[in-house]
Amino acid sequence: MRKIILIALVLFSGLLFSARLFYLQVYDSTSDSLYQNSAIKIMYDFPQRGYMFDRNGELLVSNQPSYDVMVIPRDVKELDTLEFCGLLKITKEDFKEILHKANVYSPRLPSVVLPQLNKADYASLSEKMYKYEGFYIQRRSLREYQVNHSANVMGYIAEVNNATIEKEPYYQMGELIGTAGVEKEYENVLRGRKGVKYIQKDRFNRDIGPYKDGVFDTLPVRGNDIQLTIDAALQKYGTDLMIHKRGGIVAIEPSTGEILALVSAPNYDPGLLVGRDRSKNFTKLWYDTISKPLYDRGLMGEYPPGSPFKTLTGLIALQDQVVGVDETINCPGGYYYNGRRLMKCHGAHGPTAMVHGIAQSCNTYFAALYRRSIDKYPTVQEGTDHWKAHLASFGLGDFLGYDLPSGKRGFIPDSKFYNKFYNYPKYKWFSTATISNSIGQGEISLTPIQMANFTATIANRGWYYTPHIIKNIKGPDTIPEPFKVKHHTTVEPKYFDPVVEGMAAVYKEGTASYIRIPGIEICGKTGTAENFTRIDGKRVQLTDHSIFVAFAPKDNPKIAIAVFVENGYWGSRWAGRIAGLMIEKYLKGEITRTDMEKYVLDGSLEDEYAKPYSGQPFPINR
Amino acid sequence: MTGSKNHVRFDWLIIFIYMALVSMGWVNIYSASLSDAAKGFFDFSQIYGKQMIWIGLSLILIIFVLAIESKFYERFASVIYIASLVSLLGLFVFGRTIAGTTAWYDFGGFSIQPSEFAKAATALALGKYVSDIQTDMKDLKNQVGAFIILALPVLLIIMQPDPGSVLVYAAFVFPLYREGLHGVYLLLGLFTIVIFVSTLAFGSIWVALGVLLIAGFIFFRRRKKRPNIIKYVLIAASCIALTFSVSYIFNNVFKQHHRDRFNIVLGKEVDSRGIGYNTHQSEIAISNGGWLGKGWTEGTQTKGNFVPEQHTDYIFSTVGEEWGFLGSMLVVLLFVGLIIRIIFKAEKQKTQFGRVYGYSVAAIIFIHFFVNIGMVTGVFPTVGIPLPFFSYGGSALWGFTILLFIFVKLDGANYHYT
Repeated sequence: MRKIILIALVLFSGLLFSARLFYLQVYDSTSDSLYQNSAIKIMYDFPQRGYMFDRNGELLVSNQPSYDVMVIPRDVKELDTLEFCGLLKITKEDFKEILHKANVYSPRLPSVVLPQLNKADYASLSEKMYKYEGFYIQRRSLREYQVNHSANVMGYIAEVNNATIEKEPYYQMGELIGTAGVEKEYENVLRGRKGVKYIQKDRFNRDIGPYKDGVFDTLPVRGNDIQLTIDAALQKYGTDLMIHKRGGIVAIEPSTGEILALVSAPNYDPGLLVGRDRSKNFTKLWYDTISKPLYDRGLMGEYPPGSPFKTLTGLIALQDQVVGVDETINCPGGYYYNGRRLMKCHGAHGPTAMVHGIAQSCNTYFAALYRRSIDKYPTVQEGTDHWKAHLASFGLGDFLGYDLPSGKRGFIPDSKFYNKFYNYPKYKWFSTATISNSIGQGEISLTPIQMANFTATIANRGWYYTPHIIKNIKGPDTIPEPFKVKHHTTVEPKYFDPVVEGMAAVYKEGTASYIRIPGIEICGKTGTAENFTRIDGKRVQLTDHSIFVAFAPKDNPKIAIAVFVENGYWGSRWAGRIAGLMIEKYLKGEITRTDMEKYVLDGSLEDEYAKPYSGQPFPINR
Repeated sequence: MTGSKNHVRFDWLIIFIYMALVSMGWVNIYSASLSDAAKGFFDFSQIYGKQMIWIGLSLILIIFVLAIESKFYERFASVIYIASLVSLLGLFVFGRTIAGTTAWYDFGGFSIQPSEFAKAATALALGKYVSDIQTDMKDLKNQVGAFIILALPVLLIIMQPDPGSVLVYAAFVFPLYREGLHGVYLLLGLFTIVIFVSTLAFGSIWVALGVLLIAGFIFFRRRKKRPNIIKYVLIAASCIALTFSVSYIFNNVFKQHHRDRFNIVLGKEVDSRGIGYNTHQSEIAISNGGWLGKGWTEGTQTKGNFVPEQHTDYIFSTVGEEWGFLGSMLVVLLFVGLIIRIIFKAEKQKTQFGRVYGYSVAAIIFIHFFVNIGMVTGVFPTVGIPLPFFSYGGSALWGFTILLFIFVKLDGANYHYT
């Protein structure tokens, strides 16, 4: 005992220290990362975000410097709170709340105290910052918009939220991230890469030089500039035309799928979402649930397509060979089935063939074609699914796959839908039941960009490129692969010619003959879609939507366009005029139909939009 | 043994471990004290440069210690001891006061701390006393004699005051126990230290409460064996008396600078950011090391000087951060190996003097190792004593070198007798 006690103690302490060291150094590795290291301060150097240009190289958005007051809660020393709050122009309570939140987020990572100081505030504050340990001013770059339109296309940047920070460790609290539009879609291209500096600190929190001589430091990489496919002048013109109206304009270059214009009305000035009033302005836009300025109607609005859909009904019938090009169908003023009128037509068109049918927008003709296409197959289910497959080849009924972060599928019903709808097989259903589809009413809904896309497809006589907004990423100098793939429809090119002729006839003899544009052969199709809303739980019909699709010139088309004006009544009244003006603007650069332009610019539908909120019964379609 | 009569065989293992520890110590001091002002390895204005001088001089010292006839140490043990006491006494006249402690003689450029040498002197004196034929450690008279030998330097050091160094004298319980001292003293010594330290760390009220609680608990557990309640009351009362007298002495007899010194040693004073700052920083540094460490001079906590006293008492945290688990374990194993080797050799000594001295050396190194690494790794509360051969400081290095190499010499001469 006397001989071994000291040896035992030595061995015991050896074991004790081994265990302790193992625990500290190997088992407990919580403090491994550089980010956890109290001796390393991480400083970020934010790069300039990439600029956006339009297709002609006109600058849409650049950057301006902005200054955020940041805090690292761990480093905050006692300070004269009152004086500091006075400098920041915030209340003491707010200040405490902000500090508390910052500390909850992380005591050692920077959080924003006050974002986006203007230059004057920055100047007065920066002199006194030295007094407040733990606080500093971080320079960032903010957007500076060169145009007051296209907010829906460009989108906006905003402070990154916690959910994103958890998913993407690149971002830290207070950093900006593209949250909508192109800013969101091309975030990785535009943002560049922030530079990081690791700074070794001593125990007094003083910088004593770069950590490991800066081997881990990185320089900021400037974001790539991008060129959009939109034409700023056209975009601006479309925005102006849509003032006091609601709806969307989508213009596509058929040969490339490039989106020339994407207008959503009402819109807002993108500059509203920059600077210290950002949150106030954003709240205002966000809570405008009546005119929904943040809602991109061109991409998100699902509307019954109305008569322009007849072109597709015609194409499908031709491909299915259920009608000859010159085969006439008699229109007695409606579509009759077993002596019962299933559908009214605006006038009795008499014997009608394809070109005339489109030009006059004859309901009877297309109802008949639709039934033939469906009834070609043994069952209505098969017929309906074939019909849907044709439409799917035009990119309808599903997301188009364009490069903007918002969108809707639209809806093309299939047999499954109707089986359920009509409770098949308990009850049978026939093509007569779904006959409204033939003229773009019924269950079908499309977004304006889908309409523009099928118009472009008709213009191309049977193929399309997925619409896209990116023209060029400077640097990689390429556009994403999906936009280089040509999609062919299930309808053969030869069947397109009669339909194109019909659309040309719309201007020559048909529903749009009074809105012709001299010198340009436009192919178009009017649409007037019934629509309903609910007021106090009751289904109430509103004034019809005014719809128009067109492309021009007829041969070698340069622009395909879909215009949608909510509650604008008949197709050529608003949408047709706007489409014509847009086409003229794009192709000629100037407007000859100034009468039409004046009509549109001076016109307002605000009274129409106010009707459902008046609380009174109101007349429609006037 | 073979060989000539004058042939002396030194234990090369001990010498090797010594060399290893000293050089590793320097490497880490270099890293811990590296600053922008440094101009290469041989910049003698820097801490690591000075340590290099101390190490160089240690080698000369070793030659001297080994050159002297081994009988000298036994014969002149008393003289050395008295000289050492005189050097401690002299401090009160000529000594230099640093941070409240009068523990140094100033020689222009450098200073000497006699208490570092007093350990070796005391070990020699104790060896000499115990090995006297008439001495029997079971005899109370002799126990008192040994106690006085220990008490004199302790008293002088406590008056400096240098509580850390005083603690080391507890080490002498081990050789005495080895030589027949009753085991109760071992416990008593331990008890006194625990009460002493915890009184200063936590305050006497808490210690008194703790004593009552423990006594009550043990009494309650043993109530069926009808324990003598008077014994319990007496022990508890004396413990409480001890804690209050320590507290009284500390608060009323000591001057402020004495108290400061105690507080520094107990880590209360330098604890600038609340309880446990030093230990916390030291733990962070060690944790940073991981398996293999961050590499020499790459420790972030070390570079940032986060750990106070890093080149002296907290040098092991640099080892932990820069050399990792493997490096730290190597140091721990070297110490364990060294101490066990010394005990092993001590047991083989032909003379009782050699054995007692060897045990003293082993126990002194052990206490330093145990308390220091325990403190740096956060196992024990802060008690500031250096890590032998490792920490920066000329006196400590020389003191330990002399302490160790006298034993190497005695051990080497041991074969001589056969």
